[in-house]
Amino acid sequence: MAVEGEYLGMPLRIEDFDSGNLSYFRFCAEHEFRLQECTECKLLRYPPTTACPWCANPEASWVAIEGKGTVHSYSEIHHAIQPAFKEHLPYLVLLVDLDTQKGKPTEHESIRVIGNLVTPEGKLAPPEEVERVGIGSRVRMVFNDVSDDLAIPNWTLDEDAEQPDTPWRYPV
Amino acid sequence: MSSGDIDATTPKHLRDKYAIVGVGESSYTRGSGLTTRALGTWAVRNAIEDAGLTPQDVDGMLSYSMADSTGSAHIAADLGIQLNFHMDVMGGGGSTEALVGIAIGVIEAGMCRTVVVFRSMNGYTQYRVGGTGSRAVAPIVGDGLHERAYGWQSPGQSFSLVFMRHMHDYGTTPEQAAMVKVIHSEHASNNPKALYKNRVTVDDVLNSRMIVKPLHLLDCCVETDNATAIVVTSRDRAKDCRHTPAVIRSVVGRCCKPRIDMHYQHGPISTVYAHYAKDILWPNAGVGPEEIDVTGAYDAFTFTTLLQLEDYGFCEKGQGGEYVSDGTMRLGGKRPNNTSGSHLCEGYTHGLSMVIENVRQLRNDVDDSCPIGPDGQRQHTYDYREGGCRQVKDVEVTANLGWGTPAHGSGMVMRRG
Repeated sequence: MAVEGEYLGMPLRIEDFDSGNLSYFRFCAEHEFRLQECTECKLLRYPPTTACPWCANPEASWVAIEGKGTVHSYSEIHHAIQPAFKEHLPYLVLLVDLDTQKGKPTEHESIRVIGNLVTPEGKLAPPEEVERVGIGSRVRMVFNDVSDDLAIPNWTLDEDAEQPDTPWRYPV
Repeated sequence: MSSGDIDATTPKHLRDKYAIVGVGESSYTRGSGLTTRALGTWAVRNAIEDAGLTPQDVDGMLSYSMADSTGSAHIAADLGIQLNFHMDVMGGGGSTEALVGIAIGVIEAGMCRTVVVFRSMNGYTQYRVGGTGSRAVAPIVGDGLHERAYGWQSPGQSFSLVFMRHMHDYGTTPEQAAMVKVIHSEHASNNPKALYKNRVTVDDVLNSRMIVKPLHLLDCCVETDNATAIVVTSRDRAKDCRHTPAVIRSVVGRCCKPRIDMHYQHGPISTVYAHYAKDILWPNAGVGPEEIDVTGAYDAFTFTTLLQLEDYGFCEKGQGGEYVSDGTMRLGGKRPNNTSGSHLCEGYTHGLSMVIENVRQLRNDVDDSCPIGPDGQRQHTYDYREGGCRQVKDVEVTANLGWGTPAHGSGMVMRRG
């Protein structure tokens, strides 16, 4: 069965033949962050793919990953293209280096996971929160429930982690 | 350029065997009032006429689009062209030079003799390149959940992660990037067909409204309705054409970073495809960045010009901000870039307009406001003040750097025939 839902007013759909995304987002619905781990080379990958980007092996198992990482770069959006986000401007899209597999298999590679900056409750972050986050900020994953089979993973500031004194922010 | 340094002994790369002999455009407008079929027909017709050929001399056609255009077969039929080869491919920027390479390949394979490459788009009135309109509200399906569900979907939003990281890694400043727009606006002011001919300042750019950091409105290109076309044929056949041919020294087509995805798994993300493409483009051309007189570095955004010039090796890694702002790429500078004003000012074409401009530079015949002499040739003044000349003196070799995404793109080196 295809999975459908609505998130921030946006219609979402995963087709019943899209096994990778069905699995990924079903785990999210259980508030578990799981990624495919290649059975041959043991490297994790994101987003879901049919074969391993490093060794082309199609066999993988879904393993639980700690949803923690560091902001590698960010996009601070002041003009919404997606109408659902117009009322949340400015909002942040974060590119987060997972702690797991950071710098592997080569120095500049990492599993980099996209998500919005949200409050611990999953609301898109208010402006004063947006201004606190930049490259180097420590974040943890939270899930926005959409349906029994679908939740959207997002990022919130990890208040338990040691934060940089001044995360890198766009000047001005 | 010292021709003694050129190794022209590698026929497998087809160096200097093919040329661009004709260029054509429609007007650049925001409201063409024409179908992409009509726009494309005009541009192709103009390019064939510019070459001094007839439609019957053309027997190959290539186009690229985002499924927002009219295919080769229709355009050809409307001009009475019988095709021996045609193909319409998906793609935007980063397709142009790749398709020139394909044109060379199919001629070399004996499939046809002369190929038109075109792009026709109502990029403002029909299919907004920035993604607003009907595309923005379409249901989000499958892999789109990892992107559009986060309000992360337009080219500017997607690429901004790379631009921000470049600022972080190398200290590139908003003022430096803004200079790309400033310089291209100077060039556009000398281009009668440019959509935006007004010169702007760094402050104008930085005071324009923020779209997505680090891109202000004026860091972004201008969505435009237009069609553009070029004619590619063998150098032998080029001898019968009207103008001095722009001889193709090398192409690199849709070259990729090690992993092409839109999630930037493979770093450093502040290094773009050009870092890899340069190792194909320059050796095949037999020249390097130092020999290039004029560049055409795709300016979907100010930063795309900066990153490509840097990673194709026109400056040291990390020095792109300095390169684009020190006057090098201004008309009258050491190596002018995008002398038509290009995507940021003339109009957004998905890249072909920058090839057209370099062909005209190589002919010593850019269409500025300089007077046309009794011999029919433009009498260039080389006075680059507003409203004046935009012809660069003594152009021998040009480079086009065609951005698709941070992870892939194309390039081409041409020389005066």
